[in-house]
Amino acid sequence: MVDSIIAAASVIAAAVAVGFAGIGPGIGQGNAAGQAVEGIARQPEAEGKIRGTLLLSLAFMESLTIYGLVVALSVLFANPFTG
Amino acid sequence: MYTFLLSKIEVGSHLYINFSDSLHLHGETVIVSSLVVLVVSLFLILSTSNLQRVPGTLQNLGEIIYDLVKSIAITQMGPSYYSQFLPFVATIFLFVLGSNLAGALIPWKLFEIPSGELAAPTNDINTTACLAILTSLSYFSAGLKIKGIGYFKRYIKPAPFFLPLNIVEDFTKPLSLNFRLFGNVVADELTVTVICSLVPLIIPLPIMMLGLFASSLQALIFATLAAAYIGEVIE
Repeated sequence: MVDSIIAAASVIAAAVAVGFAGIGPGIGQGNAAGQAVEGIARQPEAEGKIRGTLLLSLAFMESLTIYGLVVALSVLFANPFTG
Repeated sequence: MYTFLLSKIEVGSHLYINFSDSLHLHGETVIVSSLVVLVVSLFLILSTSNLQRVPGTLQNLGEIIYDLVKSIAITQMGPSYYSQFLPFVATIFLFVLGSNLAGALIPWKLFEIPSGELAAPTNDINTTACLAILTSLSYFSAGLKIKGIGYFKRYIKPAPFFLPLNIVEDFTKPLSLNFRLFGNVVADELTVTVICSLVPLIIPLPIMMLGLFASSLQALIFATLAAAYIGEVIE
C-alpha cells in the first residue's frame, strides 16, 4: 500500500520536475534565438560569431532543463524512499 | 528496484569488478574509458610523431583541435597565463569528446557482457563527478599557485557578507558541471532508446544526429567552463 503511494507520488514528481524545468529555459532559448536572428538580419557578416555564441548559450540554458531531468530520473530509477 | 518503463532499458545494473566488500568498479565504464584513453593517446602520438611543414590528414586534424582548444584557453584565461593550463583544458576536452563520440558512434549493443551494457563512459555519474572534481581542484591550485595566499581574498569580494555565497559557489560549480554532462549524455541515450522502442526504423536517425551534435557540444562546453573557472580565479 505504502509502496504504491510512493510509486504514484514518484511518477507525478518526475512529471512535474521535467515539466516545470522546461518552462524557463524554453522562454530563455526563444528570446536568445530571436535576438540572434535579429542580429544576423542586421549584420549578416557576423553570422559565424553569432552562431557560435548562440549555440554555447543555448547549451547553458539547456542544462537547466537537464537538472530537472536528472531529478526526474533519480526519482524514477534510484528512488531513495522505497524500502 | 522496480521500473516503470515498458521497453527494456537497463538503469542501475553494472558489471561489477569487486576488489573487496566496499571497493568495486563499474566494469563497463572502465573498459570503455580505457579504450577511449587508448584511442585518443594513439591519435595524438600518431598525429604529432612525424611533423611536417605541409600537414597530412592526421596532423591536420590534430592542428584543428589544438587551435580550437588554444582559442578557448586564450579567450578565458588571457594570453599571459593560458599556456600553463592549456594541457589540462585540452585533456578534459579530448577525453569528454572521445567518450561522448564513443557512446554515440560505436554500436555497443552488439557486444554482450554478463550484466549492464557498454555505453559512453560519461553515461556513468562517477566519471563526470571525477572530471568535475578535477576541475575544482585545478582551479584551487591555479589560484594558490598564481596569487599565493591572496587567493582567499576572492571570498570576501565584492563585500564581506558575500562570504557564504562564495563558499557555496565552490560546491555548486562542480555539482553543476557534473550534472550537466551526465544529464545530457543520459538524456540523449534515453531518448534514442525510447524512440527505438516505439518506432525502430528511420525515425530515430535525426535524434541520433542531434545526439551526436549535442555530445560534441558538451565537450566544448565542459572545456570552456573549466577554462572559465580557472580564468576567474587568476585574473
